Amino acid sequence: MTTTQIEAPRAAPPESPRRRTRTRRSPYLTSARYVVLFALACFFLMPVYALVVTALKDPSQVDVVKMWQLPDGLSFETFSIVWPKLKNGFVNSLILTIPASLISSMLGAMNGFVLSKWRFPGADIVFPVILFGMFIPYQAIIIPMTQTMSKLGLAGGLDGLILVHIIYGIPITTLIFRSYFAGISDELIEASKVDGAGMLRTFFFVALPIAPPAFAVSMIWQFTSAWNDFLFGLVLTRTEYWPVTIALNNVAGAQTVPFNQAMAAALLASIPTLLVYILLGRFFMRGLMAGALKG
Amino acid sequence: MRYSRKGLLALGLAATLLVLPACSKKNEPAGGGATEVEVFSWWSGPGEGEGLAALIEDFKKNNPNVTFTNAAVAGGSGTQARQALATRLLQGQPPDSYQLHAGKEAASDIKDGRLEDITYLYDQNGWKDKFPKGLMDNLTIDGKIYAVPVNIHRSNLLWFSPKKLTEWGIAAPPKTWSEFLTQAATLQAKGVKPISVGQTWTQMHLLENVLLGELGVPKYNGLWDGTTDWKSAEVVAALDTFKKIMAVAVVGTDDWQPTIDKVVAGTAAYNVMGDWAAGYLQGPKALKYKTDYDVVASPGTTGVYNFLSDSFTLPKNAPHKAAAEAWLKECASTTGQDLFNPKKGSVPARLDADKSKYTDYLAWALQEWQNPSTIIVGSLVHGVVANNAWKSEIEKAYGVFFTGKDSAKFGAAVSTAYGANK
Amino acid sequence: MSRRIRTWGPGLLLVSPSLALLLVFVYGFIGWNGLVSFTQWKGLNPTYVVEGFDNYTYLFRDETFRNDVRNLVVFTVVFMVGSLVLGFFMALLLDKGVRGETFLRSIYLFPMAISFIATGIVWRWLLNSDRDVGTTGINKLFELVGLGFLHSDWHKTPSALAIAAIALPAGWALSGYVMSLFLAGLRGIPEELREAARVDGANERRVYWYVVRPLLLPVLMSAVVILAHISLKTFDLIYAIAPLDPRTETPALYMWLTSFRGGFFARGAAIATMLFFAIALVIVPYIWYTVRAERRK
Repeated sequence: MTTTQIEAPRAAPPESPRRRTRTRRSPYLTSARYVVLFALACFFLMPVYALVVTALKDPSQVDVVKMWQLPDGLSFETFSIVWPKLKNGFVNSLILTIPASLISSMLGAMNGFVLSKWRFPGADIVFPVILFGMFIPYQAIIIPMTQTMSKLGLAGGLDGLILVHIIYGIPITTLIFRSYFAGISDELIEASKVDGAGMLRTFFFVALPIAPPAFAVSMIWQFTSAWNDFLFGLVLTRTEYWPVTIALNNVAGAQTVPFNQAMAAALLASIPTLLVYILLGRFFMRGLMAGALKG
Repeated sequence: MRYSRKGLLALGLAATLLVLPACSKKNEPAGGGATEVEVFSWWSGPGEGEGLAALIEDFKKNNPNVTFTNAAVAGGSGTQARQALATRLLQGQPPDSYQLHAGKEAASDIKDGRLEDITYLYDQNGWKDKFPKGLMDNLTIDGKIYAVPVNIHRSNLLWFSPKKLTEWGIAAPPKTWSEFLTQAATLQAKGVKPISVGQTWTQMHLLENVLLGELGVPKYNGLWDGTTDWKSAEVVAALDTFKKIMAVAVVGTDDWQPTIDKVVAGTAAYNVMGDWAAGYLQGPKALKYKTDYDVVASPGTTGVYNFLSDSFTLPKNAPHKAAAEAWLKECASTTGQDLFNPKKGSVPARLDADKSKYTDYLAWALQEWQNPSTIIVGSLVHGVVANNAWKSEIEKAYGVFFTGKDSAKFGAAVSTAYGANK
Repeated sequence: MSRRIRTWGPGLLLVSPSLALLLVFVYGFIGWNGLVSFTQWKGLNPTYVVEGFDNYTYLFRDETFRNDVRNLVVFTVVFMVGSLVLGFFMALLLDKGVRGETFLRSIYLFPMAISFIATGIVWRWLLNSDRDVGTTGINKLFELVGLGFLHSDWHKTPSALAIAAIALPAGWALSGYVMSLFLAGLRGIPEELREAARVDGANERRVYWYVVRPLLLPVLMSAVVILAHISLKTFDLIYAIAPLDPRTETPALYMWLTSFRGGFFARGAAIATMLFFAIALVIVPYIWYTVRAERRK
């Protein structure tokens, strides 16, 4: 079983540990393992700790040197200072990410379906051609992009940015859906063909209805990816249409900003993607694995 | 064919998606309406934001129907703003007005055809004789004026705490850089850093003033018009002095405010910075001139005013031209300038400003600026003597100089870049 | 004949919007960018007059560019080795199954959900290198646990390896991903193979060395390729931690600065083109190999 496959409903998830046919392990080794795992968890959570602790301190208590100390009392004042500066960016990011993930997922579903279940001559070339777009450095297209968006009148506002995220999201969404549909038995499609349905009908009435899991993966991945983007937002939007990442950099990137504001701003800007990750992590991980192509 | 509910749902979803893009925010339609103005600057940090805020408040009072959008991009000396502005101009979406340094930096944008000729505003409002001629020359090309200056800043200043100096047994701040290096030995013995610098631009700010102090005015001016050879022995010697100064400095990567904080806190003795530091120390830090902090001309530059000037422009295709013009009128007015400059730590550009508003450090600065025997030169880092392209090449060469410490190579690189970017 | 077209024609049609968009916005733009790299476009007004390889020769002789490439190599190596080792180690620890595995894995992976810019902003403070009374960040942590001698200047060290410090937040962000890859790879190895080796008398270590390791090669390749291409593209992270510092500048940052700060767009396009080819060198064989392997199945 390859790891590119998003679990089609029947396949066993690879996440569960297999039964041990061997017996006892040394208890010392096991405890040592848990200690190390715990230490690693601390390493990964350390920045979060600093972030949360700083953001919750009363501004008068904040001192860079006391970064690791717990706050004396919880205070949300820093958030109230920083939120007005980020609010606009937040709204912009929402307006940007939701249509972008919906549309690129839809396009990905179309491509994924055709490339796996309704192939045509040359499909084996089209897939790599699409896939390659996932890996290109954005620096290589940023100059032509600004020129094009400007000429199309899409620069400055969010339309251009949405279009960009749709287009550059197509490769990964295609990959996700292709893997998913490939894991579905061909019988369903054959049955549809026998019924006399053409490709479009098969797509809309057979493929799409069973695609929600893949949609979840695709949309969550695209949402996260678009929310966290920086370079495109930097180059394609004007101040009032800045996504939250650019607003964050403007608030916290300058070296003069009080350190607690920088931390609180970083926390606020990360909350949506973190929430999605915590609540819908399963789908997020499948998107991650899909992006690695062959496992 | 079965028409399952799910299938119809899928169809509906597809249809909705096609309509969605129409719901997203649209770009602002271009128009000449005087209802809104977006002003782009880099004045968002402490010591700079307050002055702008005062100007904005006065503008709002005089123009109650206009919404003011403060599109300030953080980062001292426009380190991040210049890039953000470039993306805007490339997008064809200029702000209604943006901040620009008078001098060669302005010339770059003018030559690229991005600024409106606002001579007509000067004629309409009788501004032509209200600003010093030298300053106006730096904003004029082929007889056309392209910006409205708000202030004059001075770059060559040495900041220190008099109490701390006495504490360390230093009688007076150094008058030359060799004197500084002698003092440095004493200070280091006491565990104090002789001088503080921060990010690259603050280091180059120090560099330009070391060059000025070591080379003197005529040779300094010659550096920027090709008459002084960057590869000559004197320039290399001055660069070597700079290296010695950097060797005893505490080098941070912060912006200018945390860097000068070190002088206030007593961990560093001196800092070379422009007089926006006065706006910061008097304003947000609430320190007193002469008691808590003091300032003299940086070593070797007594009687020399290394100037820079911030100005505001009217970009071509500004979305709200009338409102932008109102903003420019605000910037050029005596009231506006007298509200802005005391907080900013700068001297007003207008000749007829109200002198009584300029106290403490600014009184001295104004006196120096208006003294006919003061020699005025232009700043490198702040856009007066070098155009954008050459200045960015100098910055690049400085990066190599910072790590490699090769003075001759730096001089050669700057010289080559000058030729390539004239 | 037309019936066959009618069969797959609609498929082609359904893919064509995406294909068209990508052909323009990916391949077309890369070509356009390449064209710009041969011009002398300086300042805000584009010119498309082809002048030759001047930008490339300039960059090859440019010390800043060479420094940046060296920084990039250092960063890539440290980042990749660090993430691979840590990720593999974590996968090994989790492979046999532990209590709370799902919980632990979600902790190791959460950095992937956070933008690099936010990561950079937090880590900028963590990598603070002030001394004595000003000590903070990770150095302060060292101090608090009695390991104060480990104090590091991180990316402000005068050494040429300053940029290696930035591999730390990058590794923090990506190790969980590497771990997931290796974990899936390890668990994709049929237990029968391992069991057969054990029955033959191999102890656990030999099982790993002779059975598991060779089968993990594809996973390793995946991980290497993905880490390499992320490393070459990295911009936000360095922009947030130390944007204008020559010690931590990479070609990606240089491209941005020289284009939008200095106005040397043609030169920036040249840097971008070189970045593109560097990534293509790694990615194209990888995609080709993957698609081929898939077809063989």
